Amino acid sequence: MSYLELTNIHKSFSGFTAVIDFNLGVQPGEFISFLGPSGCGKTTTLRMIAGFELPTSGTITLAGSDVTFTPANKRNIGMVFQSYALFPNMTVLDNIGYGLRVAGKPKAEIAQRVAEMLRLIQLENFGKRYPAQLSGGQQQRVALARALAFQPKVLLLDEPLSALDAKIRVELRNEIRRIQQQLGITTIYVTHDQEEALSVSDRIVVMNQGRIEQAGTPTEIYNFPRTRFVASFVGTINQLDCTVVDAARGELAYQGAPIRTALSLHQSAGSTVKLMLRPEVLRSGLNGGHNNLTGRVESVNFLGSTARVRLNLGETTVTMDIFNERQLELPQVGQPHTVNFLPNACWVVEEEGT
Amino acid sequence: MKTKRVHVWAWVWGGLALLYFFLPLYGTLEFSLRMQKGQYSLLAYQTVLADPQFLSSFGYSAVMGLITVTLSVLLFVPTVYWVYLKVPKARPIMEVITILPFIIPTIVYVFGLIRTFSGPPFQLTATPFKTDILITAGYIVLAMPYMFRAVDVGMRSIDVRTLTEAAQSLGANRVQILLHVIFPNQRIAILSGALICFALVIGELILGDFLVRPALGPYMVQVGRDRAYEPAALAIMSYALTWLCLGLIQFFSRGGKTRQQLTGR
Repeated sequence: MSYLELTNIHKSFSGFTAVIDFNLGVQPGEFISFLGPSGCGKTTTLRMIAGFELPTSGTITLAGSDVTFTPANKRNIGMVFQSYALFPNMTVLDNIGYGLRVAGKPKAEIAQRVAEMLRLIQLENFGKRYPAQLSGGQQQRVALARALAFQPKVLLLDEPLSALDAKIRVELRNEIRRIQQQLGITTIYVTHDQEEALSVSDRIVVMNQGRIEQAGTPTEIYNFPRTRFVASFVGTINQLDCTVVDAARGELAYQGAPIRTALSLHQSAGSTVKLMLRPEVLRSGLNGGHNNLTGRVESVNFLGSTARVRLNLGETTVTMDIFNERQLELPQVGQPHTVNFLPNACWVVEEEGT
Repeated sequence: MKTKRVHVWAWVWGGLALLYFFLPLYGTLEFSLRMQKGQYSLLAYQTVLADPQFLSSFGYSAVMGLITVTLSVLLFVPTVYWVYLKVPKARPIMEVITILPFIIPTIVYVFGLIRTFSGPPFQLTATPFKTDILITAGYIVLAMPYMFRAVDVGMRSIDVRTLTEAAQSLGANRVQILLHVIFPNQRIAILSGALICFALVIGELILGDFLVRPALGPYMVQVGRDRAYEPAALAIMSYALTWLCLGLIQFFSRGGKTRQQLTGR
């Protein structure tokens, strides 16, 4: 049995179903991200774990105990909010020590623990400040320290970096991961930012319309997406409508051009499938007599370490990412250009959906 | 140039507002000093202060004011907090209910109170103590529009739901959340509501008069009917005393932490 287990969780709000048949087991010390678009049910699920919402059906167990109906203040689960939610009337010291104070811990113990937490978040000299005297990033660090100070069983983070600017977001997400690994605390992180989820998580749970689409490690989610939604939501994906030529040998045709895959397909010859390609697997130039796509360059965006080229193939557009090098010659907009890919760099989904 | 012109008009309008407020006050003050013919003196003030009824009525109204403030805060802060947290849709209903004291004339309200509570089963006019309970309840209702609005504005200035959830996740129960998070973050709102509430009780006439309690309002009316200079002195003194009390409330409610942030996210 997992440390935190959600079994058959359903949640409905007056006619609207937010979470459907959610099953997940979380191991001790694991960092799990719930990833999905707005309204996919990720925050609702997190709030059910925290105890702020009751599931319509299903059970939540934590360390072997059923906590489905346990009030939020009895669950021993720390939470960090998007809006920081620091108490404006309390100093940083008082904010961090609040959980210990309401637990009735001795003052000396609170002071010692708060000092430890301040060291952990590297804000030793900010203890006497009020939240309004801190920057957004500092406030969120304090919120993290406050959620950790009372040694919760699980740490929940609800889009904690959404209100921060891009540079601070990257810094803080690495810091969250560092602290999580240092303390070994079981953590659930809600985000709609795929890069955030990919960079910090042990496992990612991709959600859509209240359901789990796929749960797996970041590389599994990115390289082996099980549904078209996961493929398109996590990272950029090129989708080409291809006709099956020889299913057993994985041969397809795209607008008459031969495509070879390393897959053994079950679709009958003549049926249509979606060929999925990540932008980084496309390379400029011809590759023998197959897996070549020729079109006109629609746009070229130089992004520093990479360049993104969009190629118009007539009925669709494909995106190609090229790694930068000093001698790189970028294709010219409006000129014809051919790209190719390896047979094992693509996968196929059925036309009708997942 | 434009900023400067706006600046000038701000001073002009500010000056006019001050004149509007202070001129009558100055007139009253000047008149109160002319009790002795041909010279300014404090005779009117001495006469008022020598009257034991003045101090007792002021004392009574001040105590009633403090009780009203305390009970109003204890009643409205948790109620408005609960409405914000659990039934935000009920806020417009609260607005309508709390505005009723502006719509129903106080005299009608007092007769309603007397009619309802002068006989069984809720007889509250038989003894002075019971009447004091009734008058305090009456004052709370009269102060309701001000207290509700002050607390309502205060609740809007903080993210009540998220702060509550943050405190809950840290193990706090409802009472601890109210005492540690909500009340301290409503300090300015509570203070402004309390000031208006207190001033209202000090100057209130009709409840005190019809429920026959020794309040300051009926005493001032009585003095105003019988004498000339003393009512002016009384008006100035009641102003000064009310301001002093308000200042004291403000001083004590700060709790000594002058640099503390009071509201905001």
